[in-house]
Amino acid sequence: MAETAFAPWNDESATPLIQFKNVTKRYGDFVAIDNLTQDIYAEEFFALLGPSGCGKTTMMRMLGGFETVTEGQILIAGQDMNNVPPNKRAVNMMFQSYALFPHLTISENIAFGLKREGKPKPEIDARVDEMLRLTRLEKFAKRKPHQISGGQRQRVALARSLAKAPKLLLLDEPLGALDKKLRQDTQFELMDIQEKTGTTFVIVTHDQEEAMTVASRVAVMDEGQIIQVATPADIYERPNSVYVADFIGDVNIINGHATRAGDGYDVTYAEGTAPLHAKTSNDLGNSAKCALAIRPEKVSITAQKPSKAANTVKGKIIDIAYLGNLSTYHVELANGQMMKAQAANTRRLERRAFTWEDSVWLSWTDTAAIVLEA
Amino acid sequence: MRRFTWFNATSLTLGFVFLYLPMVILVIYSFNASKLVTVWAGFSTKWYGTLFQNEAFLDAAWVTIKVAVVSSTFAAVLGTMAAYVLVRGGRFMGRTLFSGMIYAPLVMPEVITGLSLLLLFIGIGFDRGMMTIILAHTTFSMCYVSVVVSSRLVSFDRSLEEAALDLGCSPFEAFRLVTLPVIAPAVISGWLLAFTLSLDDLVIASFTSGPSATTLPIKIYSAVRLGVSPEINALSTMMISIVTVGVISASLISKRAAVRQQREERAAERIDD
Ligand SMILES: Nc1ncnc2c1ncn2[C@@H]1O[C@H](COP(=O)(O)OP(=O)(O)OP(=O)(O)O)[C@@H](O)[C@H]1O
Ligand SMILES: [Mg+2]
Repeated sequence: MAETAFAPWNDESATPLIQFKNVTKRYGDFVAIDNLTQDIYAEEFFALLGPSGCGKTTMMRMLGGFETVTEGQILIAGQDMNNVPPNKRAVNMMFQSYALFPHLTISENIAFGLKREGKPKPEIDARVDEMLRLTRLEKFAKRKPHQISGGQRQRVALARSLAKAPKLLLLDEPLGALDKKLRQDTQFELMDIQEKTGTTFVIVTHDQEEAMTVASRVAVMDEGQIIQVATPADIYERPNSVYVADFIGDVNIINGHATRAGDGYDVTYAEGTAPLHAKTSNDLGNSAKCALAIRPEKVSITAQKPSKAANTVKGKIIDIAYLGNLSTYHVELANGQMMKAQAANTRRLERRAFTWEDSVWLSWTDTAAIVLEA
Repeated sequence: MRRFTWFNATSLTLGFVFLYLPMVILVIYSFNASKLVTVWAGFSTKWYGTLFQNEAFLDAAWVTIKVAVVSSTFAAVLGTMAAYVLVRGGRFMGRTLFSGMIYAPLVMPEVITGLSLLLLFIGIGFDRGMMTIILAHTTFSMCYVSVVVSSRLVSFDRSLEEAALDLGCSPFEAFRLVTLPVIAPAVISGWLLAFTLSLDDLVIASFTSGPSATTLPIKIYSAVRLGVSPEINALSTMMISIVTVGVISASLISKRAAVRQQREERAAERIDD
């Protein structure tokens, strides 16, 4: 398939669908969103990720029109949204609590928004049927929300928000209550819907795996600010800060001192050890304190010192976490630094090469680690 | 299980006798064949018969029912509106004052409410009659409706309204299509409460009624001053039954609906982990 990568954010001429312009939201003295500027493009699947209370829901509610902006501006399709009430926005929101109408049946719930538009009845019925089929709810059309399961309710909420074919769909932790299998199914359904309808999605999630799976871009937030926005791969492979590296996935952080060497930096982290080398395009100046971030799966673990590796360190296995397909080895280096190395369990458990207290060598290439400002 | 003791049984019996003996006697004597209230002369329903011949009583009964229906309907509308504004209106200037004020008539002596309404009607030159009783009853019973409805609104999931707005409703449509159907049982039980309060009321009605309209409680009260007749017993028995049915169905409706709705709502929300 010769598909050009979808990346309107790299395209100077593309106009964003949503623009946050220096948006600040205060509740009394408390700053929930702090001078936030961000563009989101049409047909994106934009995921908001961050710790509890960092302002994700607040961002969504401002987009939906349920919270006013204290300072700054939100534009949707170029139109200033301040003072536009929720019912006048081409935005639909799937609520964290689902908010299904308890007195209406599933199909009436789905038809609710369409009826408000004053569409003719046959058209509404056809659309409701289509939504029921899409979310596999045909059998439950005549039931009330309390007569179906949690996962089915979640689909109703989704179907209801999709029914109006909004330009922009906001999903606030839409899959949080589902089991893993159903969650994955629904994630793929969402991506499928998004591909078919071209709807722009903004999704809040606590589940980084979910964000990585569905999103075109991921925004990592902290205390009302966006720390980094990037594609899932970039955010994992090239985090811009220790915070993001630490928040997304598992990571080893080695604090040390970086001095420029070749096309990267040499990092000294402990007395009497060879410096670690990392290639990078990050510029920390000639000499600076730094943090070296290395993903555990990029660290090899061997009994003998590997001859060719760019970086090697010696340590002792303190703990082994068996995860089925993988094992994570917790290794203590001579200076007391703990490091995690992950290896596939290619052999049966009882024939594993290493065990507790074994002395081992950890190694990684010069492109595996990222040098970040400390 | 707590143990059944003679002490418990006795206090229970005494309590209920104290509460209901007078009414039981009244009900029994309404079926008395004798004209003399204190002498039992066998079972008869003739007083119910003569009651339905009595134009004055029938008129008063008709007025009472009209007043009760109209005033409780007004009260239901106004009380629901007041409750909605107080629970949903956010924090506006003097909100606490307003919510305090709406409950004040609940504890205000009826004599004072009645008197002040009387003064008002005289002051603005409003001829006293059925209309003034309706207004007076609306005034005091809307507070009760608003108490019942606001306790329901407090537990009402706000995001349902937001979802309605999100799907294109104006705020009024959101209220009519989502909020109202969900809180309807509370409004109905508020209506029933207002209805029975209006049926019962003697004090306020006697301040605000005029020569053109008399309610049943006033009629009974004035009739009794000329001596208790078995007809009055029959009438009172009928009122007791209406009120009993009203109160029981109000509480049943609100209880059943509350249980059902809470179940539905809990189910309609996701289970937070
Ligand atoms: N109505 C409000 N009044 C005062 N503070 C609020 C209000 N709503 C939210 N906040 C505060 O704003 C901050 C951001 O809240 P928000 O709901 O956006 O968090 P979140 O990122 O969605 O968190 P979670 O992941 O737990 O849902 C929180 O610290 C919260 O306490
Ligand atoms: Mg939230």
